[in-house]
Amino acid sequence: MKDLIIAGSGPAGLAAAVYASNAMLDFVVIEKFPMSGGQMLNTIDINNYLGFELTDGFSLGQAFRSHAEKQGAEFINDEITAIEKIDGGYKVVCNNGEYETKTIIFALGANPRKLGAKGEQELAGRGVSYCATCDGNFFRGRDAAVIGGGDVALEDALYLANICSEVYLIHRRGELRGAKYLQDKVFKNEKIKLVLNTQVNEILGERKVEGLKLNNGETLSVDGVFIAVGTDANSKLIENLVETDKGFIVADESGKTSCEGIFAAGDVRTKRLRQISTAVSDGANALYSVEEYLNKN
Amino acid sequence: MTKEITTQEFNEKVINSSKPALVDFWASWCGPCRMLSPLVDSVSEQYSEVDFYKVNVDEESELAREYGIMSIPSLILFKDGEVLDESVGVLSEAQLKAFVEQAI
Repeated sequence: MKDLIIAGSGPAGLAAAVYASNAMLDFVVIEKFPMSGGQMLNTIDINNYLGFELTDGFSLGQAFRSHAEKQGAEFINDEITAIEKIDGGYKVVCNNGEYETKTIIFALGANPRKLGAKGEQELAGRGVSYCATCDGNFFRGRDAAVIGGGDVALEDALYLANICSEVYLIHRRGELRGAKYLQDKVFKNEKIKLVLNTQVNEILGERKVEGLKLNNGETLSVDGVFIAVGTDANSKLIENLVETDKGFIVADESGKTSCEGIFAAGDVRTKRLRQISTAVSDGANALYSVEEYLNKN
Repeated sequence: MTKEITTQEFNEKVINSSKPALVDFWASWCGPCRMLSPLVDSVSEQYSEVDFYKVNVDEESELAREYGIMSIPSLILFKDGEVLDESVGVLSEAQLKAFVEQAI
């Protein structure tokens, strides 16, 4: 039986792996894709991670991965399908194998939240996108809308303003929520048109996106719509074992969940600020809790 | 193995081929593509009945346009010269295998 299984290889999982190596635990990291980094892989510019003045999510993800590997972390590429309580720990069931462990650091992160508007599902990949950096280039010289008011929405709008002819930033509240320096850039960008206090009722189009029907009765003609309305936690695998709140695993800075031996780190847990830096901090904290737990049990 | 394919070769290798083909539309600047592509590579080793190709949408924009690609990663499964199924976004290994097996 292993001391620890780390589920996920975003910043939280990789930071936990570095600390677990230093603690000389018998552990593995299980990652679904042979590419570490998690959500940051969708980010082009990162300017707020200490020590890297300006980098991108792919490079930072690779740097984290390589650090964890050099420290001695072992990685398994597989998808976890179930986590079961067994005597003295847990069984982690994957597509291609099963592992027994005394503790788990659950760091599977979050995924972009769906808007829930009519037409969204039907037109996904036909003008509806959840990744501006992936799909922006398909809308070169055309009109696009970004829905949301947080950091990601503002970053998306600024990125698309370089590519599209006009970008509508649609937010349901009267004020944006993202970082002030991003808001400042958005306000100064002539290509970005703010549409505040407005919700999207329907995404229109037969075979591809043609426009948006707004709750003020107006129709906005756009070719692409980029949805950035927050994230949903990837907690399904253990929702029967731990307490959750709106899908997020209830845990404080220590990572301790309602279930002994399972610790949550990164975007998957209840927290105020979801950033790379706070995910890294969670990974370190969760590992400290794992060591404490292993010493007691 | 997943081979790069160009617009010029597409008819011969995919449309007129008697073998089903899975085509991965991707780009180097797309994070999720870089998650999915290595998985497509590894799954390709398990299916000799299907050919696996990659289309770089930057270099082969015409092909991407022809198939209405507006989001990447996108996978298109071809059989007997026709589109059998399409998938947008990242898939897990199990989902990817199920997608490929439709053509067998």
